Amino acid sequence: MSQGSGFITERYIVNGDDFHAAGSASSAMKKLLRSIGVPPEAIRRAAICMYEGEINMVIHACGGEAEVSFDGEYITIHLADKGPGIENPQLALKEGYSTATDEIRELGFGAGMGLPNMKRNSDELEMESVLGEGTTIVMKIKV
Amino acid sequence: MTVQDLIKSLDLTVLSGDEEALSRPVTGGYCGDLLSWVMGRAPQDGAWFTIMSNLNVAAVAALTDISCVVLTEGVSPDPALLERARKENLALLQSPEGAFLLAGKLYAMLHG
Ligand SMILES: Nc1ncnc2c1ncn2[C@@H]1O[C@H](COP(=O)(O)OP(=O)(O)O)[C@@H](O)[C@H]1O
Ligand SMILES: [Mg+2]
Repeated sequence: MSQGSGFITERYIVNGDDFHAAGSASSAMKKLLRSIGVPPEAIRRAAICMYEGEINMVIHACGGEAEVSFDGEYITIHLADKGPGIENPQLALKEGYSTATDEIRELGFGAGMGLPNMKRNSDELEMESVLGEGTTIVMKIKV
Repeated sequence: MTVQDLIKSLDLTVLSGDEEALSRPVTGGYCGDLLSWVMGRAPQDGAWFTIMSNLNVAAVAALTDISCVVLTEGVSPDPALLERARKENLALLQSPEGAFLLAGKLYAMLHG
């Protein structure tokens, strides 16, 4: 963790083999943002974005990495995985679209609301996905 | 209204949560079992009524800042959820009743 003159950056590894325990990177991020005094409303939106991104990396991409930074104005969440990629990103952003398996759905995931939640709770969302190579998502949350 | 008031009014069983957790305010609620819907729609300081009982419930509860989880229809938490709820001091509650009745009563108390 680097901290100083109003900005902060932290990296998290998102483990791909345990979706029962998913959410640990999001909780750690929430604690960090709280500790540096980011307003609760912005933390809440960031936590929703990060959790959905984290869950997606776990259930669709065998895990990945997250980098979170705060520059005093924006919380930026950068997610990167080496999963299968998203065939049609525009379609994936639609409410209800999901390729999750029944096993995943039984756990309460796979409602196809993850990416829409990320879009709604961030002020900017950029997604880049290459089939067979992976997906990168950058979200900015204005504080 | 606090979580403690809700417990009394709805006759809920407390599975975890100390005095501090039970003194949190309840200002709304949400019913649902699909985690992304709850994640996206549950209000801060709300009571969440669900039959979902796995570990992910604790993560969603903590990240959305809801004030308590009410397991409905007599559902028991998975051991991992109960353990996490105790560790994180989450107000985890239980009722034999369904979400319709419980949330209806809460609605009447808040807005009736
Ligand atoms: N990191 C990712 N890697 C590969 N595919 C993904 C990723 N994130 C999302 N997707 C695809 O986009 C779809 C929609 O995602 P989302 O809105 O989060 O819904 P859900 O996760 O409930 O299926 C997923 O079902 C999946 O096909
Ligand atoms: Mg998702």
